[in-house]
Amino acid sequence: MSPISRGFRGRGRRDDVDPSRIPPGQYVTGDFPVLSAGPTPHTRLEDWTFAIRGAVDQPVSWTWDELRALPSETVTRDIHCVTKWSKLDTVWTGVSVDTLLADVETSAEHVTAWCDGGYTTNLPLEDVTGGRAWVAYGYDGEPLDPEHGGPARLLVPHLYFWKSAKWVRGLELREDDEPGFWETYGYHNYGDPWKEQRYAGD
Amino acid sequence: MVELLDETPRVRSIVLDPPDWHGHLAGQHVDVRLTAEDGYQAQRSYSIASAPEDEHLVLTVERLDDGEVSPYLVDELRPGDELELRGPIGGYFVWEASTGGPLLLVAGGSGVVPFRSMLRHRAAVGSSAPARLLYSSRSLDEVIYRDELEHLGTDVRLTLTREQPDGWTGYGRRIDADLLAEVAWPPEERPLVYVCGPTAFVEVAASSLVALGHDAARIKTERFGATGGR
Repeated sequence: MSPISRGFRGRGRRDDVDPSRIPPGQYVTGDFPVLSAGPTPHTRLEDWTFAIRGAVDQPVSWTWDELRALPSETVTRDIHCVTKWSKLDTVWTGVSVDTLLADVETSAEHVTAWCDGGYTTNLPLEDVTGGRAWVAYGYDGEPLDPEHGGPARLLVPHLYFWKSAKWVRGLELREDDEPGFWETYGYHNYGDPWKEQRYAGD
Repeated sequence: MVELLDETPRVRSIVLDPPDWHGHLAGQHVDVRLTAEDGYQAQRSYSIASAPEDEHLVLTVERLDDGEVSPYLVDELRPGDELELRGPIGGYFVWEASTGGPLLLVAGGSGVVPFRSMLRHRAAVGSSAPARLLYSSRSLDEVIYRDELEHLGTDVRLTLTREQPDGWTGYGRRIDADLLAEVAWPPEERPLVYVCGPTAFVEVAASSLVALGHDAARIKTERFGATGGR
């Protein structure tokens, strides 16, 4: 039971937002806040590849041009950051992870996304399949800014946004679940915003 | 809440005596949750300003005029009030004496808060790691912990970007690669760098350090704010 904060009325209440779209403890922002643990990497597109490796029969990879030539989707989704902000109706363009995994044979049940700069995050394979995850390179009709993860980031909007790894370069399919970067620094292993799974133990 | 300290016209330190507090690492933060009488809640994260060795837990909060939680904390909270905290949180943007140095801290505005914790910790344990703080502020009036910073045994370099007092001998320009090259240890000495501040500030500082030859893996960043209304 939370103590009442004397004199606090809550000036941030929004009557223009459908409350059923806001997970517990989140507030809606029109901005696009930036959070990252280190400097923004700048990989040249001619050196960029996206790879699927690990517990697969045959690793696959795409160059930038090859990835851009794959069928793309433009999706509108709400995103929720563990630092409490949510942003509604964000518009992303990219390749569905289903498309990338279409020809991959695996018995793995887990995925680690790895990135330029050394960032990693872990997810159940089923959370990046079934039309629930993309490798996104466009935001709001423009190329994705480096600060927001460009040239491409993972987009897994149904989980807290640290799972949508910036500067993603590949997916490692794994039999076991290996905690990623924030997951080893006290953040929740799964990160469902609707269950407010912010930190380990939630 | 035990005490409220004015730091600058827009910044106050909130001195807390939380029950069941099991300590923290320098650089960690807490979540603060406010609850209105009708049950409405709002929560935000704030860096811890005190060292693990300090008697009380201190948060230093800048009032953001369009904010929801910070105006309450800076303007409404009174000694004796209860505050709901969760934490400490975060295990990456932390410094312990065993982490070593040389330690280069680069702060923009209220980004200096976690560095106060680190520098007080360094002083409290008598660490011999060299430490240097480069702190960018709009004006001298807005420098947080101004008196204390002189007495922490750290090499502090201030840059005042908007307004410099008469006779100012410190820097008077925005942080860029030239200024960082002047202040930072050379890349060969492999300083451990922490950068904290608004997004645009952190972006410039961290990118400049990488361009100067510093190892990106030795640069830790913490940012607040947005890139704008996109």
